Amino acid sequence: MYSQGLNQSDPSSAHTSPEAARFQARIDAEDKIEPNDWMPEAYRRTLIRQISQHAHSEIVGMLPEGNWITRAPSLRRKAALLAKVQDEGGHGLYLYAAAETLGASREELVDQLLAGKAKYSSIFNYPTLTWADIGAIGWLVDGAAIMNQIPLCRCSFGPYARAMIRVCKEESFHQRQGYEIMLTLCRGTPAQKAMAQDALDRWWWPCLMMFGPPDSASQHSDTSMQWKIKRFTNDGLRQKFIDATVPQGLHLGLAFPDPDMRQNAATGHWEHGAIDWDEFKRVVAGGGFCAAERLEARRKAHDAGAWVRDAAAAHAAKRAARQAANPRIAA
Amino acid sequence: MSTPATPLWEVFIRSRSGLAHRHVGSVHAADATLAMQAARDVYTRRGEGLSVWIVPSNAIIASDPADKEMMFEPTASKIYRHPTFYEVPDEVGHM
Repeated sequence: MYSQGLNQSDPSSAHTSPEAARFQARIDAEDKIEPNDWMPEAYRRTLIRQISQHAHSEIVGMLPEGNWITRAPSLRRKAALLAKVQDEGGHGLYLYAAAETLGASREELVDQLLAGKAKYSSIFNYPTLTWADIGAIGWLVDGAAIMNQIPLCRCSFGPYARAMIRVCKEESFHQRQGYEIMLTLCRGTPAQKAMAQDALDRWWWPCLMMFGPPDSASQHSDTSMQWKIKRFTNDGLRQKFIDATVPQGLHLGLAFPDPDMRQNAATGHWEHGAIDWDEFKRVVAGGGFCAAERLEARRKAHDAGAWVRDAAAAHAAKRAARQAANPRIAA
Repeated sequence: MSTPATPLWEVFIRSRSGLAHRHVGSVHAADATLAMQAARDVYTRRGEGLSVWIVPSNAIIASDPADKEMMFEPTASKIYRHPTFYEVPDEVGHM
């Protein structure tokens, strides 16, 4: 769905060696970097962190929506939500695989998440209280994710860019199914419309925070921009998202929970009021409403699946041993 | 908490008849049967393919990027291997 790791590149990079100069020249020429190519250690570390945080976000992102699969209001909605949650799992797997090409192991990355050492997108620490939240997540959270992810399809690191192309292709369905849920609620009874409004009220500000701190406060963008891991600033992407989303919300007949929001007649841009960055910091630092619950759910799933991994490994070892003992028997 | 590393497999998919299998990504799985199931679930959720190949990642032998020049540079000077190297008068027409 989304990576906040974009905002945390490693500033301790030395660009002085001849290899580093050649590396930067390739990036400047829009050449892609592949796993076995020479790269600065800081580039490698930044990407492992960013891609794995992105992967963790996809995996943890399955939880708030998974919460509603058994309570979806119709078979159509249930099938769509199941497919969406399965996609998020798939996106996590594409991304872990991309991070592994840089020399990290899957087990190490998963352990970092389960140990609470790795970050994931703060948005998933908010609870999904009503069915309308599933609509709001698809429309807004996935909408914000698409804004973030489309530029990543041109990221300088080949495996990450290729994974993002697959992710973006699939993400469009997520946003459209979410908007359709909102549309249905807004055309329904007054109680249903109120439920949609309540979801927008709760998700709007956290979604704006998904783009990360304002450019004036973000210290690490420069290196990421120079390496073409990141191509637009946080504020630039946030503005694109707002401009795309406000007309969609007005079409639903909903009000945005921002009394200061207005359209600038000169630029055409929708300008927003002040964002509560203290809340953002609190949630990123693990103070989110559901932070403990999310990690607990991942640990439980990991532990409950241990016997399956053990059994599969034992079975594979047994068959390999049998074949080694008698190569004429098909394993 | 750690489990021993599960083997890595590379996944290749033929998207339709007439096209070659193309590398799409990788999966972890204990054996070939599970790798095939994982590849199907992860990479063909929307009719992306008609055929899947999986290959143990450690079976792939790759050229070394450090040898790139030695491997591929020599062809750059052999322009006589391309049809445009040869002159054919316009009157002769397309050849």
